[in-house]
Amino acid sequence: MPTNAPAAAFADATASDGALRRFLHGLPGIDPVGLEARAASLGTRSIKTSAKAYAIDLAISMIDLTTLEGADTPGKVRALAAKAVHPDPTDRTTPHTAAVCVYPDMVATAKEVLKGSDVKVASVATAFPAGRAALPVKLADVRDAVAAGADEIDMVIDRGAFLAGHYLKVYEEIAAVRAECGDKARLKVIFETGELSTYDNIRRASWLGMMGGADFIKTSTGKVAVNATPPNTLVLLEAVRDFRAQTGIQVGVKPAGGIRSTKDAVKFLVLVNETVGGDWLDNHWFRFGASSLLNDLLMQRQKLATGRYSGPDYVTVD
Amino acid sequence: MSEKSSEKSEPTRLGVFKTYKLYVGGKFPRSESGRVYEVVDSKGKWLANAPLSSRKDARDAVVAARKAFGGWAGATAYNRGQILYRIAEMLEGRKDQFVREVAEAEGLSKSKAAAVVDAAIDRWVWYAGWTDKIGQVVGGANPVAGPFFNLSTPEPTGVVTVLAPQESSFLGLVSVIAPVIATGNTVIVIASEKAPLPALSLGEVLATSDLPGGVVNVLSGKTAEIAAPLAAHQDVNAIDLTGAGSDLARDLEIAAADNLKRVVRPKAVDFSADPGTDRLTAFLETKTVWHPTGSLGASGSAY
Amino acid sequence: MDMKTQTSVFDYAPAPESRSVVDIAPSYGLFIDGEFTEAADGKVFKTVSPSTEEVLSEVAQAGAEDVDRAVKAARKAFGKWSALPGSERAKYLFRIARIIQERSRELAVLETLDNGKPIKETRDADLPLVAAHFFYYAGWADKLDHAGYGANPRPLGVAGQVIPWNFPLLMLAWKIAPALATGNTVVLKPAETTPLSALFFADICRQAGLPKGVVNILTGYGDAGAALVEHPDVNKVAFTGSTAVGKAIARSVAGTSKKVTLELGGKGANIVFDDAPIDQAVEGIVSGIFFNQGQVCCAGSRLLVQESIQDELLDSLKRRLSTLRLGDPLDKNTDIGAINSAEQLARITALTETGEAEGAERWTAPCDLPSAGYWFAPTLFTNVTQAHTIARDEIFGPVLSVLSFRTPDEAVAKANNSQYGLSAGIWTEKGSRILAVANKLRAGVVWANTFNKFDPTSPFGGYKESGFGREGGRHGLEGYLDV
Repeated sequence: MPTNAPAAAFADATASDGALRRFLHGLPGIDPVGLEARAASLGTRSIKTSAKAYAIDLAISMIDLTTLEGADTPGKVRALAAKAVHPDPTDRTTPHTAAVCVYPDMVATAKEVLKGSDVKVASVATAFPAGRAALPVKLADVRDAVAAGADEIDMVIDRGAFLAGHYLKVYEEIAAVRAECGDKARLKVIFETGELSTYDNIRRASWLGMMGGADFIKTSTGKVAVNATPPNTLVLLEAVRDFRAQTGIQVGVKPAGGIRSTKDAVKFLVLVNETVGGDWLDNHWFRFGASSLLNDLLMQRQKLATGRYSGPDYVTVD
Repeated sequence: MSEKSSEKSEPTRLGVFKTYKLYVGGKFPRSESGRVYEVVDSKGKWLANAPLSSRKDARDAVVAARKAFGGWAGATAYNRGQILYRIAEMLEGRKDQFVREVAEAEGLSKSKAAAVVDAAIDRWVWYAGWTDKIGQVVGGANPVAGPFFNLSTPEPTGVVTVLAPQESSFLGLVSVIAPVIATGNTVIVIASEKAPLPALSLGEVLATSDLPGGVVNVLSGKTAEIAAPLAAHQDVNAIDLTGAGSDLARDLEIAAADNLKRVVRPKAVDFSADPGTDRLTAFLETKTVWHPTGSLGASGSAY
Repeated sequence: MDMKTQTSVFDYAPAPESRSVVDIAPSYGLFIDGEFTEAADGKVFKTVSPSTEEVLSEVAQAGAEDVDRAVKAARKAFGKWSALPGSERAKYLFRIARIIQERSRELAVLETLDNGKPIKETRDADLPLVAAHFFYYAGWADKLDHAGYGANPRPLGVAGQVIPWNFPLLMLAWKIAPALATGNTVVLKPAETTPLSALFFADICRQAGLPKGVVNILTGYGDAGAALVEHPDVNKVAFTGSTAVGKAIARSVAGTSKKVTLELGGKGANIVFDDAPIDQAVEGIVSGIFFNQGQVCCAGSRLLVQESIQDELLDSLKRRLSTLRLGDPLDKNTDIGAINSAEQLARITALTETGEAEGAERWTAPCDLPSAGYWFAPTLFTNVTQAHTIARDEIFGPVLSVLSFRTPDEAVAKANNSQYGLSAGIWTEKGSRILAVANKLRAGVVWANTFNKFDPTSPFGGYKESGFGREGGRHGLEGYLDV
């Protein structure tokens, strides 16, 4: 398990709240119109035939198949996990998803179904989705999930602290969760970009997350009005690109929430391809946090295989 | 030059002649050529000698005008307006002198000359008021179809050569230079060839009106000789050919094409009429600046 | 552990736009007085696709006699056209705008074939702007009393218009829309390498029911353009093209009463300050010089970068340029198409050789050039100073000259140190600096934190040797009115 240890490189920047503020506010600004235009322009790429087939399989393999409902039951989670291993029961060549993503109390259930497969179990933690709890509670949440066998922890940052300018508090919390994950779980840090509101904030949060030791940076919880979008994901991609250039450490990216169609997923893959390149076109470095996306990808996959348009009755409802 | 001879037996006082000089860069040099030419009144009577400007005087005037351009163009429109109004104030105080010079130059009666000078003073007042309005009249925001703020603003063209009208030696002169400098250009004006004295005297007024040196430069001499190097000068941005005959105007327009000067062709002008804005806009460039506006942030409405 | 060593490759499969949407005839005549006719001397010339060198069609080559015929037709049509109520002229222009929208896919493919630029650009930039331009000026036709040029401003008469090959249909729109809205009639000569879209426009005029003689299209070479400009019965000359030809036109109209507007060359400075939004600045630099293969008069062909961020910015820029996709202009994923002609390619090549000979350091984006057609890979030069030819002369190709500066004063001084004054760019997050620098730049269009944006409402045109007059917006009416 690669553990990001950038702390030393940023010892000066994290020496105090003031130093951290100066560092984060010294990152290049983002012009929203230009950013959105770039994302939209990449969205016009025309991905057809063999490229589309490649993209669909890649996208399936990058999904963190997710259920994060108050109504989740062991039955629901078992069904989901089974689908993650064999997304299309009629076509065993279909790749499995990268992971299933559940609440901590469902980790053991998921783990049991996934035993023997390469599908990972990701668990949200740290008082997901609001992140409003004391640090010991959050760390206990993480400890539980890791103990139950979670391979990956999707933590939320304290947006309140971030927006109040208490960057050091956010940083230290991420570092503490990182330590709690130890070498057992990779850490995904969720910013809830829709609540951070500005692209400048998203860039700052991205660096904060990476400096704190994130293995992945992730846009959103899926629980607010604006979740993953091409522009906010582009900001994350630029951040991991620049972070690697500066530190040599590669960090993954996970847009989550709101990505429902094959067309959308392909646009995100184009963003990855043209912003950070092939090094990230792999489920070790890029994920989609999604639930309904998978069925659309499967229907498009069937269409490419057969030449006929598929329908919802030809994929499984889980 | 009329001098009233004294009454009775006292000896006649000999008048003091004025040596007319050029007005370049805020100073009053003689012509670099060291030459002058005779200026006569409408009846052929000698009035004065005027400097016969050379190519080098023209060159010096361009240097002075270019040097003055940044400061003058960068002054606030309000400041330019106050200075133009100050010119009117100064002229008002020296009206008698100009009435005399105009009457002699154009063969007008004293009352007609006075009306012309009044109109010229009022013209400065008219343009004094335009300096901070023309930008609103000819510029403004453009409603582009995208997330951009887009504003067009008029800016001065730069250094402008003006061939002053040959007949209207003062009202015509004021009418062609005031609009050029009102918007922030600097000017080299070639005075009426046969009636340059009001123009040269105007330099003395300008020098005492808070107008920065070099904003207006007055040359006298042979219009065609002075205009040729100015029309071809690569550091002159525009030329007003009002004082040129049609053959000269064509030749100068051809020379002006070398650096694509803005050209105002000669046409009949009634300088007593409402001048409108044409002479203001003739020496303005439109600059359009774009800047993104877009959404307030990532949770905005852009998608 | 296992950082995967196998690097995935996301190759985009070809995604060609269908060529079958456009039907190009084997030959075309001149469009005079509502009819397609042969040239008086029967001369023709071929137009080729710059990306393949395939002959697309053979078109009539206008001579002086044809120019005279077209001007006569325009003169004859002028009386009735200018006497029409503005509201009626408006409706013709609205019709044209709508037909262009309907036929935009066809026209985009046609333009890409004849010009060599990517379909992405003709589809997303040229054609939408063409339709918008007609739609915008249509609305002016019955509102001229309110345009700020006094009551009842009158048209000039016959407009002789000569346009370039870089945006054939868009430049046609910039010329014809304001001319017709104000009541002038038109004789237009498209460039010899891109005659087809203007000829298709003639067909749009037919569909719109435009009275004959109001628009006349003469395909041909520079001699026809010169004859048009010099024709004694032309009242208005509008030209977009090189500064050298612009000067020749300015000389040829000297002493006449012809009103002239000229949109000429440029050497736009794109100024990047150390506090710029870097990622957007990189995009702006790319679109500034590689949009339309850099064959854009307002291109940001001089990059002025603050020395303190030069290395970082150049690294980002080179990385970005390495992702540009050069190739088949009809492929929807192509970013860089073909150079318009062998002549232009030779000029770009010669100027870049001069750049190297003068000691500038050349970097070329890694991309394979097709074997047929005219191609030039995106190129940038570093170690360029104001004294280098490539920092002064307009290259009109995908070649960026990179210069550095230390202070805002120096940036402005270097930006303005040019015979041209068409466009400039400013990249900084500091608002007061944007306004201060924009104020000092001697350029007709200043893009701050963006570049190469166009809109029919936005006046466009240059200072100094970049020409005079403005096209677009209320300002664009002036060149076609007797005011």
